[in-house]
Amino acid sequence: MSGKLRVVLVILLAVLVLAALAVVLPGLNYAQLNPKGLVADKQRDLLITASLIMLLVLVPVYAMTAWIAWRYREGNKKAVYRPDWDRNRFIEGVWWAVPVVIIGVLSVITWQSSHQLDPFRQQADGRPLTVQVVALQWKWLFIYPEQGVAALNYLRLPLDRPLRFEITADAPMNSFWIPQLGGQIYAMPGMRSQLNLVASQPGKYPGRSANISGEGFSGMTFTAEVISQPDFNRWLSNAAAAGGGVLDWAAYQRLAEPSKNQPAALYSSVKGNLFDMIIAKYVAPPAAQHLNAMKTP
Amino acid sequence: MLGDLSLKALPQSPVTAGGAILLVAGGLAVVALLFYFKRWGWLWREWLTSLDPKKIGVMYMVVATLMLLRGATDAAMIRLQQALASGNPGMLSPDLFQQVFTAHGTIMIFFVAMGFMFGLINLVLPLQLGARDVALPFANSVSFWLFAAGAALMNLSLVVGGEFAATGWLAYPPLSELRYSPGPGVDYWIWSLQIAGAGSLLAGINFLVTILKMRCPGMSLMKMPMFSWSVLGSMALVVFAFPILTATLGMLALDRLAGTHFFTADFGGNPMMYVNLIWAWGHPEVYILVLPAFGIFSEVVATFSRKRLFGYASMVWAIAAITFLSFIVWLHHFFTMGAGANVNAFFGIMTMVIAVPTGVKVFNWLFTMYRGRIRFDTPMLWFLGFVATFTVGGMAGVLLAIPAINFQIHNSLFLVAHFHTMIIGGVLFGFFAGITYWFPKIFGFKLNERIGRWAFWCWLVGFLAAFVPLYILGLMGATRRMDSYDSSLGWQGLFVVSAAGAAIIALGIALQLWQVAYSWWKRADNRDLTGDPWDGRTLEWSTSSPVPAYNFAVIPSVKQRDQFWEDKRHGLARAKLAHHAYRDIKLYKNSPLGLVIAGCAFLLGFSLIWHIWWLALIALAAVAAAIFWRSLDEDTERLVPAALVAKLEAARQGGRR
Repeated sequence: MSGKLRVVLVILLAVLVLAALAVVLPGLNYAQLNPKGLVADKQRDLLITASLIMLLVLVPVYAMTAWIAWRYREGNKKAVYRPDWDRNRFIEGVWWAVPVVIIGVLSVITWQSSHQLDPFRQQADGRPLTVQVVALQWKWLFIYPEQGVAALNYLRLPLDRPLRFEITADAPMNSFWIPQLGGQIYAMPGMRSQLNLVASQPGKYPGRSANISGEGFSGMTFTAEVISQPDFNRWLSNAAAAGGGVLDWAAYQRLAEPSKNQPAALYSSVKGNLFDMIIAKYVAPPAAQHLNAMKTP
Repeated sequence: MLGDLSLKALPQSPVTAGGAILLVAGGLAVVALLFYFKRWGWLWREWLTSLDPKKIGVMYMVVATLMLLRGATDAAMIRLQQALASGNPGMLSPDLFQQVFTAHGTIMIFFVAMGFMFGLINLVLPLQLGARDVALPFANSVSFWLFAAGAALMNLSLVVGGEFAATGWLAYPPLSELRYSPGPGVDYWIWSLQIAGAGSLLAGINFLVTILKMRCPGMSLMKMPMFSWSVLGSMALVVFAFPILTATLGMLALDRLAGTHFFTADFGGNPMMYVNLIWAWGHPEVYILVLPAFGIFSEVVATFSRKRLFGYASMVWAIAAITFLSFIVWLHHFFTMGAGANVNAFFGIMTMVIAVPTGVKVFNWLFTMYRGRIRFDTPMLWFLGFVATFTVGGMAGVLLAIPAINFQIHNSLFLVAHFHTMIIGGVLFGFFAGITYWFPKIFGFKLNERIGRWAFWCWLVGFLAAFVPLYILGLMGATRRMDSYDSSLGWQGLFVVSAAGAAIIALGIALQLWQVAYSWWKRADNRDLTGDPWDGRTLEWSTSSPVPAYNFAVIPSVKQRDQFWEDKRHGLARAKLAHHAYRDIKLYKNSPLGLVIAGCAFLLGFSLIWHIWWLALIALAAVAAAIFWRSLDEDTERLVPAALVAKLEAARQGGRR
């Protein structure tokens, strides 16, 4: 195979691959680039802005590499050869300065966005809905403390209302993540972490654990369904009336036993301050047992 | 008597059993071959007991290559599982799958990347500094053998114990605590890393002292070759970072052995403390690996562009800046743990600041090529592959460093793709460039260029095919470490492409092995008789290839950077060699004690894993006794008489054209 033919073949192959990518890639479902919530929306914009800023470095580096490598190849005797030319204050100053400026701009963006999108910060006006999230082996328990309702591996959320997730685990560390609504936060035993989101479009969005937590980890998925506030209210009142199970401490302890790929379930009433008791189990185990003894009839 | 050890410890699953049988059979085959060819004495005298850094370096390379094969097999299983397991359990059980990716990560970082790095440093550093040896030759042997013992112990878990840790390569508690991981897998993980880590710390101290004390006359720090500078930065990091690893693993071990509560979730323990500590080691570790790769590229680019390295002082400052900054960025590995906005923003910005010196290095390499006369031998191809991949990986890294974005891509396959870009495109490509570049110096013949090119293209294309889909999958919400996923998500196609990429990389590895074998077979055709096959610039090319045991018959002296290049230019290089006033050379005698110490450390680790307390005590006492014995031994040096040096040099230079 002659050299020229080989080059043509390689270029042809590269064009084919790129064409295939151009056909396939736009059709995929990019969760984080297709946000359905306020936070995910801002995170997407930030991702795109930061990427574009960095292309300001990447493109020149690629172009320079290709040009220099071609121009100063051994075979090109026309090119200047200066083996002792090894410093130039001005040029070096430029490439200390250019990245400093770019990183400076990105730093400002980082500082502002870290505060603006701080998971602890409420993202919209109004009274937030609190949802208590418990990562178990290997399922998600969602408690609506104000409504006294709980759901397993299933999450219903009202549209356009600030959502405050309080997150813990009664299991190894997990990470609570609904990509289309916003970024993840770790769920850790004995800890109470927080995530504030707002859902801005009705729909069903997949959620999952993003941190390995043992054998059933891959099955720790759930659906987050966003519905209008009236629908949400209706669901809650129906749920309370539906006669789903009662989640008291004893029922919780049975639920907390390791199990995999558990189907979604609804609890029409939650007894006691379950979430705090779960955290207290780890903070002061003997005291918590005492507490539980008192609270469990 | 045997602690927790019983027949139940033998492998239970067919996959583990297969691996165990392969390991044992491979070991027996090597033993049989050694008997058949009657090579035990040779192996013992020339290799196992040698304190010569060149021999030790080669042994590091051999162990790292074997571990690469293991790690790559694990990688193949990961890619195959994820390509298959769309809406079905695939071929591996979840537990086994988790063991496989834990093994892959641990082995690739600790025994492949670290092995190649210490191997290359052993081979090259003393030569570049114009020294005959490292500062502490016996400690060097101990370092290597501890590394090898760690690797052996880690692989033994396949045979005795039948399980690997299933916790991910950094074994976050509470998952890695007894409550959730009661088996011996995590203990194997802890004690192999403790043993190998002690070796790494010792090696770090050794090379640091070597650079500070063993440079040849005239070589001030600012005249030192850039690879040596990068090793200085890297070893400083080893010295500061590895004690953190040892302490952290020690506390985890106490939790598991003695019932303490350092990192348990309850009884006042704090898993978040572990996460902080492990990354306080883990982030510098990344730079420990990548700095020497940067150093290699600095040598390669200057040599193959036939031009001085551009911006030497900038390069040194960049290394210093990276070394310092790498210690104040660890928190970016867990922005999602819920620290406040100020803390997250601080660590995010510090992380991005590292991009500045790194960017400066890239520009300096490009301007080293500018106005040069560039030859595109394989080391240079690895460099170009590095620029193409590493810049994209760096860009992904800056995205990950912005906390608000990080929440959306942390623990996703985007993250996996990012760090593989850095470790493969940065570290491995660098080490491959270095291996090709210095191979003739060590073995006396060049590697076959044609096969090397094929291997390079397989690696580059395979890398893109394997990891571009993972970047995309990460943006589709795919997390890492999934043994299966719902088929409605539409992820399978990309996983299949990624698996195909892994197959192409496997072909690249096979070609590299074939390259070494073929080049050895045809070594008569591509022998390096000059000692300077690439028209090199630094001192290692001024001595003959393969390098004699004493490195330099006469210790060189240096007046400027790239002294050897300048000598050649002014016709002085040969004159310097035609030196007849040889003196007696002192070299170190062989010692089996490094092997003995590491062997006892291996037993110590094994007995701690299986709670065989009496054996642990004996092994510990034996380690102490061996160190004591060595420190009393005053007869550690041998003399190469001047007459013999003269004879050897005459023979060597006779071969020179």
